[in-house]
Order: sequence, then C-alpha cells, then structure tokens
Amino acid sequence: MVAQDSHQHAAPQGFIRKWVFSLDHKVIGLQYYFLALSAVFVGMFLSLLMRIHLIWPTAILPLIGEIKPETYLTLVTMHGTIMVFFVLTTAPQGGFGNYFLPIQIGAPDMAFPVLNMLSFWTTFVAYIVMLAAFFVVGGAPLHGWTGYAPLSALQSAGPGEGLGADLWITSIAIFCIASLMGALNFITTTLDMRAKGMSMMRMPLTCWSWFITAILGLLAFGVLLSAGILLLMDRNIGTSFFLPLGTINGQLTGHKGGSPLLWQHLFWFFGHPEVYIAILPGMGVASQVLSTFSRKPIFGYKAMVYAMLSIGLLGFMVWGHHMFMSGMSPYTAFAFSIMTMAIGVPSAIKTFNWLGTLHKGRIRFQSPMLFAIGFVSLFVSGGLSGPFLAQPALDIPLHDTAFVPGHFHLIMGVAAIFGIFAATYYWFPKMFGRMMNEKLARIHFFLTLIGTYCVFMPMHYLGLAGQPRRYSQLTELNYLHPLIGLNTFMTYAAIVTVAAQLIFVFNLFWSMLKGPKASDNPWEATTLEWTTATPPPHDNFGGRTPVVHNGPYEYSVPGAPRDFVMQTDPAAVTAH
Amino acid sequence: MGLVLLAVIWLITLASTYFFVAKTWWFPHGASASTAALDHQFAVTIIIMGIIFVAAQMTLGYFVWKYGDDKKSGARADYSHGNLTLEIVWTTLTAILFVGLNLLGSPIWAAERFRPAVEGATQVEVTAMQFAWYFRYPGPDGKFGIAKPELEDPSAGGEAALGLDPADPASKDDVVTGVMEVPVGREVEVILRAHDVIHSFFVPAMRFKQDAVPGLAIHMHFTPIETGSYEIACAELCGLGHYKMHGILKVVSQDEFDKWLAAREAEKQ
Repeated sequence: MVAQDSHQHAAPQGFIRKWVFSLDHKVIGLQYYFLALSAVFVGMFLSLLMRIHLIWPTAILPLIGEIKPETYLTLVTMHGTIMVFFVLTTAPQGGFGNYFLPIQIGAPDMAFPVLNMLSFWTTFVAYIVMLAAFFVVGGAPLHGWTGYAPLSALQSAGPGEGLGADLWITSIAIFCIASLMGALNFITTTLDMRAKGMSMMRMPLTCWSWFITAILGLLAFGVLLSAGILLLMDRNIGTSFFLPLGTINGQLTGHKGGSPLLWQHLFWFFGHPEVYIAILPGMGVASQVLSTFSRKPIFGYKAMVYAMLSIGLLGFMVWGHHMFMSGMSPYTAFAFSIMTMAIGVPSAIKTFNWLGTLHKGRIRFQSPMLFAIGFVSLFVSGGLSGPFLAQPALDIPLHDTAFVPGHFHLIMGVAAIFGIFAATYYWFPKMFGRMMNEKLARIHFFLTLIGTYCVFMPMHYLGLAGQPRRYSQLTELNYLHPLIGLNTFMTYAAIVTVAAQLIFVFNLFWSMLKGPKASDNPWEATTLEWTTATPPPHDNFGGRTPVVHNGPYEYSVPGAPRDFVMQTDPAAVTAH
Repeated sequence: MGLVLLAVIWLITLASTYFFVAKTWWFPHGASASTAALDHQFAVTIIIMGIIFVAAQMTLGYFVWKYGDDKKSGARADYSHGNLTLEIVWTTLTAILFVGLNLLGSPIWAAERFRPAVEGATQVEVTAMQFAWYFRYPGPDGKFGIAKPELEDPSAGGEAALGLDPADPASKDDVVTGVMEVPVGREVEVILRAHDVIHSFFVPAMRFKQDAVPGLAIHMHFTPIETGSYEIACAELCGLGHYKMHGILKVVSQDEFDKWLAAREAEKQ
C-alpha cells in the first residue's frame, strides 16, 4: 500500500550494519532465532540437571558438583523463565514472525525497521542480564518462574533472593519493553503494509497468528512491566505493594499493608495471555504446513481466524484459574472457571479443522509435516488435561501437583516447540537456500515425539498420586516413595530426548553449509515467500511489488494446471 | 511413513490410556467426606476427556495413514474449503459438553468453599513458616489468644514460635503442637496462617488443599471419616526446604482426641 514507499532502505554494505545492527527484518529474525536456539539449550540443560537430581540426589556431577536443594530450585526458576521468555516468546514471534510476516503480506520490511532492531537488541540485553543472575553472589533466584511474593520480594527469604532476584526481575522488565516495541511493529506492519490484493481474509493463518499474538503482547507485557517495577520497589526501596506485616525466621520484615495476592493477579493477567503468545504462532504454522502438505485448502479458514481471535479475547478473562487455591474469593472461581471452559470451544474448533484438512488430502510426509502432525497430537493431549484444571473442585487435589507441569509442558512447551520445529524445517530452505537432511529429520521427529510423551504423560499420573511440583527430592514424604520408579523412567526418557536434539542441531548447521541447494519453492506452496528468490533479496521481492489475486491455501483446484495456485497467480479462483 | 505414524500415534494413545484405566498410579485412598463427590467428578471428567482423547488421536492416526500420498494414482486431493454445518455442529456440541461439565462440578466447589464451618466443628489454627507446620487448639475457653509477630521466636518452638502473647488471658489455655490430631466424623475448621511466605496445606488423603498466605487468616473445613495417620505436604514453593516441609495428621476417635488434648493441657500447667 502507500505506506510501503517510505520504508525502502538501501542494502547495507559493512558487516556491522548488515549482520549486527541490521535494519533488515530477515536478519533480525535470524538474530532472534539464534538467540532462542542458544536459550533453548541452556533451558534444556537445566531441566536435564533437574531430572538427574530428582533421581540421584547425592550425585556429584562433573564440573557442577553436588546439586543442593536451593540449587535445584534455581534450576526450576531459570529453566521456566528462560524457556517461557527467551524461547517460546522469542523464536515463534521474534524469529519466524519477523522473518516471514513482511514477506507473506508482500511488504519490503517491517513498518519500523529501527524499532525492530532496537527490540531485538533490548531482548539481547535482557537475556544477558538473565544469564548474569547465575554468576552473582547467592546465585540465581529460587522463587520459580512465577515469582510469587513474599518469597520473591524479600532478600532474606532464601539464597538467590538477593542480587540474583534483582537481576531476574530486571531482565524480565527489560524483556517486557522489548516485547512492547515488537508488538507495536507487528500490529502496524500487518495493518498498513499489506500488498495490493492482500486483504485481511487472504492472509496466511501464520500472519493472523502473529498479528493476534502481537495484540496479546501489547496488552499483557505492559502489566507485567508494571508489576515488575513494583516488585523491584518492594525489594529495594521499602515499599509494600506485595508485602503484608510478616516475619522471616522470627525477624520482622519491616513491611506492612501489602497483598501477596496482588502480585498473583498482576502476574497471571500477563501469564495466561502469555500461554497463548507461546502457542498461537504454533497454531498458525501447523495450519500452514498441514494445508501445504495435505495439498488441500485449510478446512474452515474463517472459523480458524475467529477461533484464534476468541482464544485471544477469552485469554484475558481466565487468569484467576491459576489462583483457585490462593485464598481469593471462592465465588470468583465460577466466572474464571466457565471462561476457561469456554476457551476449550475454539481450541476444539481448531483441532476439528486440522483433522478436516487432512481428510481426503494427498499427504506428503516431509519433515515439516511430521512435526505439524506431532503438533496436533500434542495439542490434543495437552489440551484435554485443561478441563480438569479448569474446574476449581478438581484443583483441590490437582493444583500444584505434577499434573499441572504435565499439562502445560505438553501444550505450551512441547506442542509450541513442535510448532517451532515445523517452522524450522519448513522455512529453512527459504532462509538458507539449502535443504535439510530428511533422514536425520525423521529420526529427530520420532525420538522427540516418543521421548517427550514418555517424559510428560507420566507427570499426570504423578499428579494424581499427589506428587507436589518443585520438590527437589522425593524421599521426605512416604507416599512419594512408590513414585520414584516412574520418575526414574522419566529421567531416562529425558536423557534420550535431549540427546535427540543434538541430531537436530547437527542437521541445522550441517545443512546450512552442505545441504543440497533449494529451489525457490521446494514444497510447491502457495504463499508469497515462495514467489521470491531463495534466500530473499534485501527488499524481499527484488524491486517488484507482488499483487495478490488468491487466498492463501488454493491447493488441488480443479482444472488448474498444477495442484497449487500461488497467491500471485492471476488465474482467479472463484469457487469458494 | 503413514503406517509408521499411525502405529506410533496409536501406541502412544493406548499406552497413555492404559495407565489411567488400570489406575497404576492413582489418588491415595480418600478418608474425608468430600472424597466421594470429588472422585466422582474426576471420574466423569476423565471418562469424557478420555473418549475425546482416544477418538481424536485415533482419527489423526487413521487419516494420516488413509490419506497418505501413494504417488501412484496421481489423483488430486479433495478441493474443499470446509463445511459450515459441521463447524456449527461441533462448536455447539463442545460448548454444551464443556459448560455442562463445569456446571456439574460447581455444586462440589460450592459445598467445599461457600459455607463456613458448622457450629461445633473442631477448630485448629494451622500456621506455616519456613519450613514447619504448627497447630494450635483454642483450649477449654474456645478462644484463640492473641499472637504478635514481634514476639515470634521460631528457635524456641511451640507457643513462642507463634508469638503467643502471654499477657492475653485467652492464650493461657491454648495448646500448640507439631502433630495435628483431630476426632473422626466431625467437621474440622482450619484457620490457615503463614508468617513469612506463601505455603500450601495439602493433605492428599483428605482431598484438601489451601494456600496459607501471610497477612490472611483463611477459614476452611473438611470432615475426616476414617481414623488413621495421614501425611501433610506443602504444595506451594516456599524456599529451599519446601520438599521437606511435611507434617502428620492423626485422625482418632473422639475419646482418644479428648484424652490427648487434656494431656496436652496438663503438660502446660
């Protein structure tokens, strides 16, 4: 549209302007992606240490030494924080969203390239500050990724609650600022930068998912930023937003009048939409890939869009379902519970539509498709434990047991990661101009699918049996002893699953250098990124401006010369 | 490839379902009045969710196998953008199902949390601090004495740990213990407090859980219906000793309880 003309910027020449402080959304997307890749290995390594400690609590590990109970809790905290913020929020949106949103809507760049660069480098600073928490006196905090006050608000509440906790909350605050900048950019780009003919209802579902995710981010991260600033003030300048009159080990804290529940309300007002920030882009990618590799139009495009919109909207009305046991008024549980159950409806619509897309398709089992199918399976498995936790009565036995991490790891952890994997295998040829190795991809897929199920499905059983979350050892409570065998199995499964990720990393870097050259459209897909060169030139379309004539998923159109009609093909598709 | 995927997805589904059906790992034996209703609601939920789980995964596996491209026929996929009638049908059905399930569970929640404890319930104040549980009984006067944060001395244990004010006459006969003992068949009113950070009072066998929050006194109730000794766990991350913050709930006959409490009173004098 008109706005595009002013956004052309000349291709930079020097290394620093081209690869470091780049204004090009594609380079920034890659920067986000590789930041997330480094973060996911840090986070995964921490979880591996947790699983090892649970089974062999007294083991002396090479280089690390003995893991103490407080060390275990810092692993819990940093694993959760790094995975949620620097992987699940960063890779799908900052990485793939940045790279492909402008190309898929036919724009030369994001609406605000400088803001885009700034949001990446702010995220980078946040990441460094977060990692620094490991290396200060007292180490990283032990209050969990949810940082419930007063544990997170008092320096004397435990080891790691000193400088480590300050760095933790500072990093999150910086991350919020970066995400707000990113969200503004995504929203503006989607609304203002679409090519001629690219109406909202012709956008690929990936673009819809990034757009809705950006709106959620804009509304949610501001609240977390404020909460973080209040927490920093409670910690350092003597305010009492989250701190009532209380003591630590008999010593008065010097605070009074605050409310620990206020933190939970603010945190989960962000925290629940955050779940959808992590998973919505995965839904978008799964839809894109399922349609492409089934050679069928997506089943119920409009229903998919409305389902994502309603998930986004309802996502802001359900934060209280994290707090049924918190001591807030039991009457509010009715509203939060019914809203949460309501989210099950659009989620079910999406699942039905994915199955509908497969139905009577001509499925090609290439690596992106394997991960998209895995995504659907995990989304179903992780989603169906939701209606248990959405009922306040069932939260009485299940809340804060292993059932909860079982639920959210399957859906927002592993399903979202499968979305990232599907996206990686799908767009790798476009980003790097080469193909990834399919054999290694298949081994990676099956080991990861079976491995993650073996780690996270048993968590539900442990939860029923009453194993609480965040226990560094299972030896203290007698009723946990019979569960140690199952926990041991999960640890072995985790070791195999982590090892399988090395296959992925090898495939990624090896294919970058040695993979066979990719054509411009190796998957015979329809969206705009497949109409341009591989990898795309600096301005995405080499001076042309694409004009869009068709919807995003015109596969197997009767009478068309090929089994796919590009969005730019002038041959109008009338059958709708 | 389609067949391999079908096999893997079906196997995962059957294995996952098997352990739920066989109850290999399950809730501990429930010994409270609320167990029956809660376990029933759980059973209803898991049957419905289990059917959807198996149906969805089986369909996924079947479609993947059935519609895999054999590359021989050269036929094209079905050109369809969806089906509005189907969308309306499954949207309505899931809405009815999920909201219905929610309404079914609501009376249980209401019974647990909407009404105060009955008159004549055994009152126990449960206080959590890093990393111990303290239990206080009001004594013959039926009143809890005043506790003051500035008087708390955890190293001294007992009444001093709670900061009981000796100047308050109501505190004279208060009994503070490290084990929670209650009579069977009578409702127990717990008054939950925390000194330092949030803890959570979790008794799996009683199907009871409630956070203890600094600054709040949370009144809750449950009714033990079987005598025995049950473990108490802390369910909310409270610091480095979280995993070992456990306690014991002893449910005994009314007689035994009266004798036990009288003996504790006598120790005080």
